[in-house]
Amino acid sequence: MNPLVANPPVATPFFFYLLAAVMIVGGILVITRKNAVHSALALITTLLAQAGLYLMLYAPFVAGVQIILYAGGIMVLFLFVIMLISIERAQKERQFNKQWAVGIAAAAALGGLFIAVYTTRTQGRVLFPQGRVSYVEGDNTQRVATLLFDRMNGTYMFAFEIASLLLLVAIIGAVVMAKKRI
Amino acid sequence: MHAITEYIESYLGSNLTPGAAGNFFWATVYILLVFLGLSVAVIAMNWLERKILAHMQVRLGPMRVGPHGLLQPIADALKLLLKEDIIPAGADVTVFWMAPFIVVLAAFTVFVVVPFGPTHAITDMNIGILFMLGVSSLSVLGIVTAGWASNSHYPLIGALRSSAQMVSYEVAMGLAVISAIMMTSLSGRGTLSMIGIVEAQLAEHRWFLFKFFPLGLVAFGIFAVAMVAETNRAPFDLPEAESELTAGFHTEYSGFRWSLFFLAEYSAMIAVSSIAVTLWLGGWLRPFPNALTGPTWDLVFSLIPGITFLFIAGLCFYSTVRMPKHPLFRIQTMGLAGFGALLSLIGLILLIPAVRVRIGDVFWFSAKVAGFMYLYIWYRGTFPRYRFDQLMKVGWKVLLPTGLFLLIATATWAMRSEVWTEVVVPVWLGLVDLLRRIF
Repeated sequence: MNPLVANPPVATPFFFYLLAAVMIVGGILVITRKNAVHSALALITTLLAQAGLYLMLYAPFVAGVQIILYAGGIMVLFLFVIMLISIERAQKERQFNKQWAVGIAAAAALGGLFIAVYTTRTQGRVLFPQGRVSYVEGDNTQRVATLLFDRMNGTYMFAFEIASLLLLVAIIGAVVMAKKRI
Repeated sequence: MHAITEYIESYLGSNLTPGAAGNFFWATVYILLVFLGLSVAVIAMNWLERKILAHMQVRLGPMRVGPHGLLQPIADALKLLLKEDIIPAGADVTVFWMAPFIVVLAAFTVFVVVPFGPTHAITDMNIGILFMLGVSSLSVLGIVTAGWASNSHYPLIGALRSSAQMVSYEVAMGLAVISAIMMTSLSGRGTLSMIGIVEAQLAEHRWFLFKFFPLGLVAFGIFAVAMVAETNRAPFDLPEAESELTAGFHTEYSGFRWSLFFLAEYSAMIAVSSIAVTLWLGGWLRPFPNALTGPTWDLVFSLIPGITFLFIAGLCFYSTVRMPKHPLFRIQTMGLAGFGALLSLIGLILLIPAVRVRIGDVFWFSAKVAGFMYLYIWYRGTFPRYRFDQLMKVGWKVLLPTGLFLLIATATWAMRSEVWTEVVVPVWLGLVDLLRRIF
């Protein structure tokens, strides 16, 4: 039997709301905690929940890369740096850049934009499709690979290579700036 | 009631993993079995490591608790559970509580995709190997937070060392893994799924260890070094170097929480070993699945699991006979004979035709993983610990360039006909043309 027929879809609304709630709570914790390590841990939770959302969109490859790169790689380096700061002193200091008014305004504007886009109808149609095209979970990785590397359909090869070159330049720049004698 | 039994039985006829069949009952059963098996393996590893290390150093090792110290792990576990649970003053209590659980979760979640057999896996994911690498990289977070939350110098330094080490060696490890994945894609069955990778090796009639002769071997070598560093084991056990850092990141942990770190370390070792077995050593495949075929060879290989257990049971009986004939040793002698009887019972069960057909793949997978476990102990008994700068040098200046070169070499060798017709020949013709115009 086709396993997809036998399987009920995992992507139920319950999981969406759960993951979204985890993300929002995590995001709020990131900016409200005074202890930077707690903020970083909350950010990791947010990123993991985001990986869960990618899984719900039948994009396991993106979810896996999200976990490896952000949760496993970048956040470890974040923690690495934060741990070397004296947290106790940083906690006692008064916060000096008071930008919450601007922040709330920007967040409200972004939220308003989201709602506007979601409710706008152009020529009697909403911008967001009502139903979702259901992809087969299995071939997401292969699709990404085809888009990137295929000879016929590989439209993003150039952009991919340019992006990696950019990162290389940044790495070399960091080494040159940080190290006096190479 | 009938519907429930039907739901349970419906899976038995299928050739799928419980995850792929979407059968929650059997998925739960498999998860419990894997959990149980892992716990038993960690307990056995605890005893074996102490015994083997002791014999390598011409000592006896644990001898007091049970015959030949067989009950020592159980005594240790009881001791750990009864120990006082200390939380240091000034520790960040929430993070201190969370850290061991992060490590254990990361170490155990990985086993969701480990293929013990074509159907003996909890589930098969399209991103299997990526999932394994990603989730096992999360254990660094637990180690780092454990070191930081202890509010103590040794753990902090241990955590810093460990995060630097694990992040560095992950790069080399990833390159070696990519080279193996590339080998699957060449036969047109490119996949990241753990089961798919083993099936590709079956279809290509060789382990990836021997594919493109030196290349697969080099990739495996890089992985074999990187995986020891990833699991913080000797000779790369700088995060817990006891001569410098007491116990590294878990210095301040005691009792149950410490035992969670212990459990996580050993199951992480089993996890990375099973990655290596899956990618390069043919996973659950028995030796020579394509060359030595036919009912006779099938029978021979299917008898090996039972015979192995019977052999170990025979060793037990031999030592039972050699036990001192003193009244004080009577209980120990009886215990050892009982253990031998248990092993021979398992061996006999494994010889039953219905069992041996189903258990073969799990046995071969576990046997290969057990080989790696022995290597881990052997390394610990043989190599002196590296200095931190030497460790970084090996990671970044030896393994990383080798891995990059290996990746390019694998790709080039795999696409050699295309490279020849589309790169070498045109460039050569162009050069010849250029030279002709100049002269």
